[in-house]
Amino acid sequence: MKNVIKGLGAALLCTTMLVSAASAETIRWARASDALTLDPHSQNQGVTHNFAHHIYETLVDRDVEGNLQARLALSWELKADDPTTWVFKLREGVTFHDGAPFTAEDVVFSLDRARSEKSNMRQLHADVDQVTAVDDYTVEVKMKGPSPLYPNNLTNTFIMDKTWSEANNVVEVQDYAAGEDNYAVRNTNGTGPYKLQSREVDVRSVLTLNENHWAEEKPAVTEIVYLPITDAATRVAALLSGEVDIVQDVPVQDIDRLSGTAGIKIETGPENRVIYFGYRFGEEPLKSSNVTDANPFNDPRVREAMELAIDRDAIRQVVMRGQSIPTGVANPPFVNGWTEELDAYPAVDLDRAKALLAEAGYPDGFTVTLDTPNNRYVNDEAISQAVVGMLGRIGIQVTLASRPVAQHSPLVTANETDFYLLGWGVPTFDSAYVFNDLVHTKDGDYGAYNGGLYSNPELDEKIRSLGVETDLDKRNATIAEIWQVVKEDRVLLPIHNQVLAYAMKDSITLPVHPENQPLMTSVQFNN
Amino acid sequence: MSMTETTPPPPATPPAPPRPEGPLRRFLDSDIFYSWKRSPVTILATVTALTLILIAVLAPWIAPYDPFNPASLNLMDGFTPPASQGPFSDNWFLMGADNQGRDVLSTIMYGSRVSLFVGFMATLFAMTMGVGLGLTAGYNGGMIDAIIMRIADIQLSFPAILIALLIFGVARGLIPANQQESMAIWVLILAIGLSNWAQFARTVRGATMVEREKDYVSAARIMGVHPVLILLRHILPNVLGPVLVIGTIGLALAIIEEATLSFLGVGVPPTQPSLGTLIRIGQQYLFSGEWWILFFPAVTLILLALSVNLLGDWLRDALNPKLR
Repeated sequence: MKNVIKGLGAALLCTTMLVSAASAETIRWARASDALTLDPHSQNQGVTHNFAHHIYETLVDRDVEGNLQARLALSWELKADDPTTWVFKLREGVTFHDGAPFTAEDVVFSLDRARSEKSNMRQLHADVDQVTAVDDYTVEVKMKGPSPLYPNNLTNTFIMDKTWSEANNVVEVQDYAAGEDNYAVRNTNGTGPYKLQSREVDVRSVLTLNENHWAEEKPAVTEIVYLPITDAATRVAALLSGEVDIVQDVPVQDIDRLSGTAGIKIETGPENRVIYFGYRFGEEPLKSSNVTDANPFNDPRVREAMELAIDRDAIRQVVMRGQSIPTGVANPPFVNGWTEELDAYPAVDLDRAKALLAEAGYPDGFTVTLDTPNNRYVNDEAISQAVVGMLGRIGIQVTLASRPVAQHSPLVTANETDFYLLGWGVPTFDSAYVFNDLVHTKDGDYGAYNGGLYSNPELDEKIRSLGVETDLDKRNATIAEIWQVVKEDRVLLPIHNQVLAYAMKDSITLPVHPENQPLMTSVQFNN
Repeated sequence: MSMTETTPPPPATPPAPPRPEGPLRRFLDSDIFYSWKRSPVTILATVTALTLILIAVLAPWIAPYDPFNPASLNLMDGFTPPASQGPFSDNWFLMGADNQGRDVLSTIMYGSRVSLFVGFMATLFAMTMGVGLGLTAGYNGGMIDAIIMRIADIQLSFPAILIALLIFGVARGLIPANQQESMAIWVLILAIGLSNWAQFARTVRGATMVEREKDYVSAARIMGVHPVLILLRHILPNVLGPVLVIGTIGLALAIIEEATLSFLGVGVPPTQPSLGTLIRIGQQYLFSGEWWILFFPAVTLILLALSVNLLGDWLRDALNPKLR
């Protein structure tokens, strides 16, 4: 009898292994939202890029440690006699999905498209003067000035086929905000490892392996079924019931439950994204405060009091369930310019905070409205809610205004908020990206996300010098100087760096990608 | 119609036997009280509804903690299970603590307050508007009647929640961003109220059309009483019965509607939660096992809506002579 059971068990085990081996090639990949469009230059947005990286390719991209690596470009260097020109040597023998060969003409076309007027990728190529093809596999990018870090801006700029684009009338980029549509929104022709087989927006997209891809090592995954599932509980339930293999956006409260479930494992890792609070600078009184003759946030003592009242460790432990890295600087550790000293944050000191508020002339605190998104970052609304409570303890009475990100971000970019939560990812891995958009005085080119209108002309000059400084040591010294002022002035009130969690069947390995853009080519089956 | 005929007195209750007078006595002798006494379900519903309303009204005095006072909260108490002490404070949490370290029992007490306030105000608003428009339509007839009732018909062909969402969205667009949160509760009342007036209007219009033809109205008209006075003093009291029934059921509906809107995240802010907001927050923690954050507010909402609804049902039966 025992042997029979053993035999049955063995047979069962064999069948299970056979089944898993046969289905091992398809990956069903679920996340919270769909790519907004497939036109590769229409939206500079993480989820959209993540999906596009499977179909299209970039000249360079990043490995899981965040280092630049070759993709369609084999090498990139500044021209020997001209520090303002980058020379890219391209990979030979690459073909697009329709069979057309990949050449320098396609790169010139794509970079010009990416910096055209309607492109959402334009800002990253703002310093480009001219792109020219030297021969079939060499491209020169002439910059307006020395731009030592330009290749960092190329990690999400995809290369399209010139002939295909012209034939299908998609030379112009889709104007997403205006509701435009074009052939490239639903059809693709890239050089990437997968081809688009079918697509139903917001429901299901299927990608199949590109047999002619240039990479020597063929990926283990031969078919990808991409399933956007908005509701967090449904997403988790789909993994538990075996409907999907990988869930990319796992709610922190479900991590414990999932990792304790047999057959499921969790991969976690830090994301290159900091979550911070911003407030309004300047003399003008706040719109939402009971203090009508002054702006309390403009007083450095008030800003210090707020920092002392916020318990970052409690937020980490309760709101984030341990899945965050508290920080004292609005700069993730991945980024050039981050140091441990900057990262340190003060311990909570309510008595000192209350004393500072009294010194500043607000012994009874004041009222203000905090604007928070509720569907963008991990537990964004709960973080804001916790901060409302913490500030309440020193007398700052905060009203919470919670909105979906689509309505929240215009408030920040149009400077209509007094106090807000935002997250900032740094795709270039360099502090200049933080300074340009968050710290520099708001004007046409800089400070797009400087929601609090902080302005320091001395810093502005230093920030602009980073773009053209070729001596890296000198440049890094300037970065350190800028951070010193930003931290002392408390230009931003950083809370933590986000931690990512992917949940998957335990027969699969998918490492966490620091920009939250995992490639299914990196999936391994461990049978 | 004969002009000389004297108006008979309005239909009066048969002369009561000689008994101790007084409003209480009259109430205890009434048919309504009799039918209430006879229905154990109604008695239970009344007790439940009154208890919940009383708890809500008295929340600031009887709630163990003030969940809106940040000084009394400790985030580190978050997710404390029911009937235990918070790990970082001396606070006891009978129904556990939520994700922000708030006592669930206290948030329910304060949350019912918000829910009931919105429900009452919205129903009152819908009732005033619906009765006013219904009286006008029914009494005047013609063009005015057609316009008002067609609007009501159009509105009744959509689910109330859609109308409320639409009104909420429009109102939000009109209010400046920095006042939206302080106005949220009033916008909610407006949205729910506007989505429910048509029921009242339709019923009152029908009853008014019947009353309008009766002789006591004609008499008043002949005596030269102002139409507004006729509507308010003579017709209104005679159509109040059905209004009361719709109002009671409407209250239950309004409470549910508020909860739905708040659950969808368009209601009151999470720092001043209603029952719907509490359920929305709790729903996120079902998988992770913190059931109490969802369970207790949901049970409270069910009890509240069910008991008010049962009261409405009973009232309808009690006031309907055909069913008596």
